[in-house]
Amino acid sequence: MELQSLTYLFVGISFTLYIGIAIWSRARSTNDFYIAGKGVSPVANGMATAADWMSAASFISMAGLIAFLGKDGSVYLMGWTGGYVLLALLLAPYLRKFGKYTVPDFIGTRYYSKAARLVAIICLIFISFTYVAGQMRGVGIVFSRFLEVDINTGVIIGMLIVFFYAVLGGMKGITYTQVAQYCVLIFAYMVPAIFISLLITNNPIPQLGFGDKLIGSSTYLLDKLDQLSIELGFNAYTDNTKSNIDIFFITAALMFGTAGLPHVIVRFFTVPKVSDARKSAGYALVFIALLYTTAPAVAAFAKINFIDSVQKVEYESAPDWFKNWENIGLIAWKDKNEDGLIDYSSGNALEGIKPKYTNEQGKYGERNVANRPDDSNKNEVYIDNDIMVLANPEIAQLPNWVIALVAAGALAAALSTAAGLLLVISASISHDLMKQMLMPKITEKQELFFARCAAAVAIFIAGLFGIYPPGFVAQVVAFAFGLAASTIFPALFLGIFYKRLNKEGAIAGMLAGLLATSSYIIYFKFLNPTINNAEYWILGISPEGFGFLGMILNFGVALIVSNFYSNPPKEIYQMIDEIRKP
Amino acid sequence: MKLSYWKLNLIILTSLLTIWFIVSFGFGIIWSDQLDNFRIGGFKLGFWFSQQGSIYFFILIIFIYVLLMNKLDKRFYSKESDNKSQLKE
Repeated sequence: MELQSLTYLFVGISFTLYIGIAIWSRARSTNDFYIAGKGVSPVANGMATAADWMSAASFISMAGLIAFLGKDGSVYLMGWTGGYVLLALLLAPYLRKFGKYTVPDFIGTRYYSKAARLVAIICLIFISFTYVAGQMRGVGIVFSRFLEVDINTGVIIGMLIVFFYAVLGGMKGITYTQVAQYCVLIFAYMVPAIFISLLITNNPIPQLGFGDKLIGSSTYLLDKLDQLSIELGFNAYTDNTKSNIDIFFITAALMFGTAGLPHVIVRFFTVPKVSDARKSAGYALVFIALLYTTAPAVAAFAKINFIDSVQKVEYESAPDWFKNWENIGLIAWKDKNEDGLIDYSSGNALEGIKPKYTNEQGKYGERNVANRPDDSNKNEVYIDNDIMVLANPEIAQLPNWVIALVAAGALAAALSTAAGLLLVISASISHDLMKQMLMPKITEKQELFFARCAAAVAIFIAGLFGIYPPGFVAQVVAFAFGLAASTIFPALFLGIFYKRLNKEGAIAGMLAGLLATSSYIIYFKFLNPTINNAEYWILGISPEGFGFLGMILNFGVALIVSNFYSNPPKEIYQMIDEIRKP
Repeated sequence: MKLSYWKLNLIILTSLLTIWFIVSFGFGIIWSDQLDNFRIGGFKLGFWFSQQGSIYFFILIIFIYVLLMNKLDKRFYSKESDNKSQLKE
C-alpha cells in the first residue's frame, strides 16, 4: 500500500480506539473527573503516567537532540528519569494518602492559606500552558509531514479528538486512552529502533547494539562515531563539551522539576492505595525507561546513518528523504565550495541558523535560501534535530508501514501529554479557583460543569498556540522545569517532611524561587540573549540549570522566614502525622 | 532500641537516595571521565552510566523501596487503612 493511505489507516485506527475508550469510560462525578474514582490499577497507572510524561518532545525531538549533543545529551536522559525516584520516594505516597484532587489543594490545605493556594495555581497554569504549546506544534508537524494536510487543519483535528475524550471522560477517560496511547507510542518507537539496530550492528536489542561492533567490521559503533565526529570537526561523541557544574545543575533542575510537574503528580492520586502509589511510580519508570534507554541508541544509529548517507554525496543523487525533508523545511543545503557535493561538518551552515527559503531552485535543483552562508566553517547542511526520529525509518530504508507507525506513535505521544496537561489546568480552575476560592457554594454537578467548560477553554487556547506558535516555545521549556523545581517541589517536599514550616515561610519560599528563577531565565533568554554564555552566568550555571539554584534558595528563604512567625496550627500537625502513615 | 515507622522510613529514604546520587551525579557526571578509562563492551563506563546505567539503577532503587516499605507497612500496620473513607468531599 502507499505510504499515504497506510498512514491514514494507522492514524485512523488509533483515533477510533481513543474515542471508543472515551465513550466507554466517561466521567460521572467530580471524583471520576479529577482522579478517576481512585480505581486505577498500578500497572495501568504506570502506563498512563508514561504516556502522560513522554511528550512530542520525548518522542520526536529527544533522540535528535542527543545525536547532536553526544554525551551532553545525558542531562535529558538522567534528568527526565531520575525525577521518578524523587517522586516515588519523597512525594507520591504521601500525596496519595492526602487523598484530594489537585496539587494546589495540597499546598492550600497544608499551609492553611488561600494565598499559598493561589501562588500554586499560578505556577501550575504557567507550567502547564508552556508545555501544551509544544504538544500542539508537534501534532501540527506530524500532520503536515505524514498526512500532507495543512498544519492548521492538523491542529484542529487534534483539538477535536482531545476535546472529545478530555471533556467527556475527564481523568477517567484520559487514563484509559493514555494506556492505549502508551502501547501505540512504545511499539512505534521500538520497531524502527530494532530494525535499525539489526541493520547496523546485527543486534536485535538497541540498548546493547549501541555498544556493539558495526556489521562486517571489528570497530565498535561508538568508537567509529567518535572518530567520524572528530574528523568532521565536532567533539568526540562520547565526551562532554559543557562544564561539569553546568551538567550537574541542568540534570538536577530537570530531576527536581520532573518531580514537581503537576500533571505527573496528579496521576498518583488515581490509584486505590498508598502502596499502589509507590509501585505505580516504579512501573511508570520501567515503561518510560524502555523509550529513554532506546533513545540514545537511536541517536547514535541515526547519526552514523546520516553521515554515511549524505557526507560527500552529490546533491543530485542524494537520497529521497533528504529532498522530502528539504521540501518541508527541516533540511537546507548551501553549496559553499560549489562542488555539487554535500559537505557536513561542525558549525552552522547559514547565517541566522534557520533557513529562509526563496522560491527559486539552485543549480542542482536544491531549494535556494536567502540566508548568507556562514563562512566561518565548511558545513553546508542545515538539519533540524527533530527529523532524526521522523526520518530515521526512511534513512534506514524500512518498509512503509513502519513509517506510518511512527506517525501514529508521534501523535499518540503528543495527544496523551496534551490531554493530561489540559486536565490539570481545568481541575485547578474549577476545583481550586472556583470551588475553593471564589464560589464555595456550588454543587458537585455545577463544579463538574465548570471543570468541563475549563477543559474546553484550555483546549481552545492550546489550539491557538498550535496554530500561531509563539516563537519562544523552545526557550520556555527551561522555564517550566525551572519553575516546577523552584516552587512546587520544595513546597510539597517541606510540607511533608518539615512540620514546623508555616504559611509565611512556604509563601516566601515559593515567591523567592519564582522570582529568582524567572528573572534569571528572562534576563538571559529574552532580554540579553547575546550574553547568554558561561562568562556571564552565575557560577557558570546556564538558565536551563538555574531551577536547581532557585530550589535551594526557596529552601533557605522558607526555613529562615518560618522562624519569625508562629508554628502552624495543631490540625496541621495532625494532618501531617496522618499522611505519614501508609 | 525500637525505632518508629517514620524513623525507619527516613533511614530507608536516605540510603536509597545516596545510591541515587552516586549512580547519576557521581558515576554519570562527577567521576564520569575517570570511569571512561574502563570499558564494558563498546561502551566507555562513564558514558554508559550517563546514558544507560543510571536509568537501570533508578528502576532498581524504586522497586527496592517498594519492597522495603511493604515490609515496614506490614510490621507496623498489619491492615492498610481504607483510604476511601477519608475522602471528605
